[in-house]
Amino acid sequence: MLCQECNQRDATVHFTKIINQEKTEYHLCDACARDTGDFMMKGNAGGFSFHNLLSGLLGFEQTGMPGFGAPGQQGQASAPVRCETCGLGYQQFVQVGRFGCADCYKHFSGKLEPMLRRIHGGATTHTGKFPRRTGGVIKLRQQLARLRQDMQEKISLEQFEEAAVIRDRIREMEGQIEQGGM
Amino acid sequence: MAVQDFLHDASRWMREDGPHSDIVISTRIRIARNLSDLPFPILMNDSQAEEITRRVADAVFSPEFQEKSGGSYEIIPLMNVPHVDRQALVEKYLISSSLVEHARRSAVALRDDEAVSIMINEEDHLRLQVLMPGLQLGAAWELATTIDDLLEAKLNYAFDEKYGYLTACPTNVGTGIRASVMLHLPALVVTQQINRVLSALGQVGLVVRGVHGEGTDAVGNLFQLSNQITLGQSEEEIIQSLESVARKIIEHEQQARQFLMEENREVIEDRIARSFGILAYARRLDSRESMQRLSDVRLGIDLGVIKGVSQNILKELMVMTQPAFMQKYSGTELAPGERDWRRADLVRERLRMDQGHI
Repeated sequence: MLCQECNQRDATVHFTKIINQEKTEYHLCDACARDTGDFMMKGNAGGFSFHNLLSGLLGFEQTGMPGFGAPGQQGQASAPVRCETCGLGYQQFVQVGRFGCADCYKHFSGKLEPMLRRIHGGATTHTGKFPRRTGGVIKLRQQLARLRQDMQEKISLEQFEEAAVIRDRIREMEGQIEQGGM
Repeated sequence: MAVQDFLHDASRWMREDGPHSDIVISTRIRIARNLSDLPFPILMNDSQAEEITRRVADAVFSPEFQEKSGGSYEIIPLMNVPHVDRQALVEKYLISSSLVEHARRSAVALRDDEAVSIMINEEDHLRLQVLMPGLQLGAAWELATTIDDLLEAKLNYAFDEKYGYLTACPTNVGTGIRASVMLHLPALVVTQQINRVLSALGQVGLVVRGVHGEGTDAVGNLFQLSNQITLGQSEEEIIQSLESVARKIIEHEQQARQFLMEENREVIEDRIARSFGILAYARRLDSRESMQRLSDVRLGIDLGVIKGVSQNILKELMVMTQPAFMQKYSGTELAPGERDWRRADLVRERLRMDQGHI
């Protein structure tokens, strides 16, 4: 069969479009099909987009496939999770692979970490740029969290003098953050 | 439209050379940003979309942005752009096809030299893109982060201390950065080393795909190399690892080119000369063949086999032989079958502008 567009090359792409119950058949060659473009699946090679892959990853976590999910959780119906700000359900997120608003990250936080680890090669914490206007305070708060950890460590090692030094540093930084308006 | 007019309107990345232009066609940095107080594009309504465009316009037209962003900007709502021109912007790599899909509510802020475009209401509220010729990852990032800072001076970004810049898709969260280079690797393909080179990339968090065509079957031997991971590495680390891998690939391609000229000179010259002849005289060219022949001709220029033809011919014709530009060139809508004839006309016209010879 020849391509119905150019009538020159063999038709290798065959598809049927149904719009409002009206059926149209197409028989095109490779080149014309590429040029026509409107039947092409969007995204990556062969229409197998990253989002298929992503919802696949998220999906089996939901259904509790044996060997995945945490032990004891399998088969349990989990309570529906929904973002309180925008109303997006976790299931919807899994289907479309997109968050509905910035707060989704907060409301889905329990499910987020394993997913981020899988996507980003094990990482779950941002180490790059900070917004300039608000970034100074954020950086201080990150340092603060690290210092608190250090202090706990010192206490558990019964190195109380060092812990006290860190405590004073923490108080100083807390003061700075308050002055920063946060 | 004559080819001359097109070249007059071409973006800077197409007109100019950059470092390693013999192998690296272009460098692109794209960063994703969202505003903190409005729903992301999949859930926003029309008035919220307008609100975002309005806020971005206010930021872009602020005196400080105008002064420090390196050019003058225009904000173009896609609704006001005819279909063929929207597609032409995609073909010049200035906007994404996803922005066109949401043309009802999307817009783009474009710098006059087309090196910077800020897509509004794409998958994220903002997608800032910097596009430069050759290998210029450092310079492109400098410009992108400067413009990002200028925008952030006026806009409240969605940012989390732990997760970084919050994006609609979790694959972009953190830095929100996608850095990429477009590479022309004909010698690695001909010498069948390409798969070996590319298969090593996954291990360092980078991904490669054919620019035209599917998978590693890259029509025109053009490959896009980009970072996959956006979280847990700083922007500088991401850019540095991309840069060092790109340099390694450049080195391999150079060695393969040298090998071809030393060991297979006649065969490769024959192939280049045939492709040059076909492009100069053919009356009908499909998109696949034209890209493949252009790749050969470009290699011929780089190897000094073809003289008198501009290096830029590959990037120019890569864009100009796409459907929307073909339509602009012809001044009328073209059926795919007709397109092949017009494509050959266009390529001949462009080749005649240079006094090319072998």
